[in-house]
Amino acid sequence: MSKIANEVLIIKLGDQFAGQVTELSQDYGMLSVETGVEQISEVLAYLKNDPELKFIFLTDITAVHYPELEKPIGVIYHLHSLTTNTRIRVKVFLAGDNVHIPTATTLWNGANWMERETYDFFGVIFDGHPDLRRILNVDDMTVFPMRKEFPLEDPNRIDKKDYFFGR
Amino acid sequence: MSDIQLVDAPAGLEGSGFFATALDKAVGLARANSLWPLPFATSCCGIEFMATMASHYDLSRFGAERLSFSPRQADLLMVMGTISKKMGPVLRQVYLQMAEPRWVMAVGACASSGGIFDTYSVLQGIDEVIPVDVYVPGCPPRPEAIIDGFMAIQELVKTETGRRREEPKYQALLAQYGIQ
Repeated sequence: MSKIANEVLIIKLGDQFAGQVTELSQDYGMLSVETGVEQISEVLAYLKNDPELKFIFLTDITAVHYPELEKPIGVIYHLHSLTTNTRIRVKVFLAGDNVHIPTATTLWNGANWMERETYDFFGVIFDGHPDLRRILNVDDMTVFPMRKEFPLEDPNRIDKKDYFFGR
Repeated sequence: MSDIQLVDAPAGLEGSGFFATALDKAVGLARANSLWPLPFATSCCGIEFMATMASHYDLSRFGAERLSFSPRQADLLMVMGTISKKMGPVLRQVYLQMAEPRWVMAVGACASSGGIFDTYSVLQGIDEVIPVDVYVPGCPPRPEAIIDGFMAIQELVKTETGRRREEPKYQALLAQYGIQ
């Protein structure tokens, strides 16, 4: 099995989800598509179960935060078809006040920890996740540290104030 | 005369056949020259400490022959490396499990102040959770610096009263950290 051409992927997704999946880019030959929060479960299930595509391996789930956009939080899925050695990236952008998205644990058990990590750092709530709690940070943390509005530096530190350095 | 160096006797009254000194000084002398460290090494400073323990620098010269990773019988908690906020309670528990008398040495920039990791996940100095006696600067400190910190601890131990726990100053310090 050779690598599936991006054009084939676009046509197949366009036939299956007319107007609901849009191409974003083809960076370094890897196709990125965007879809909506309503279709994401169907899109992922189709990519995984289609006999020709067989994107059976979930590489990663993560998120991005672009505060200037209308929908600032983007959830990103990386899929890999082991049989054809093809990769695809699926993005879903969410409004900042309602970061809910259906879980992918129904398709891949491996999504469990990835979604916990994404919740931990970006505050994306995966509806239907069996055990959505923080995985890396301390449990009593109240912020989502990878969001841009979060100040990275500890506000309690006074030893790095500018006047110590003549600034 | 042999060239073996002996520790000087503390100040006291000397006469023919007797030597009188304060019990605190005698106890301090014994404690200072047999400090048993508990290395709590999490990162690069821990590697530097391994060099300090090894033959070239040989921390055992100071009576620190028994290094154990258990709070049992340990006098000196040596915290070496970045302590994340998630590790904080663990470090505090190790400190609480040590029996008095106990001393704490923060080795390197991370243990002392969070170092370059001024970020949400790192404890900005272990003195936020446990009291610290000696800070060793450096990133990482050379073995000489760790030995210097160790000798500073020895000076503290020598001059301390035998009943440090009962001192109001010490109790107030522990109360700051919520330790009984």
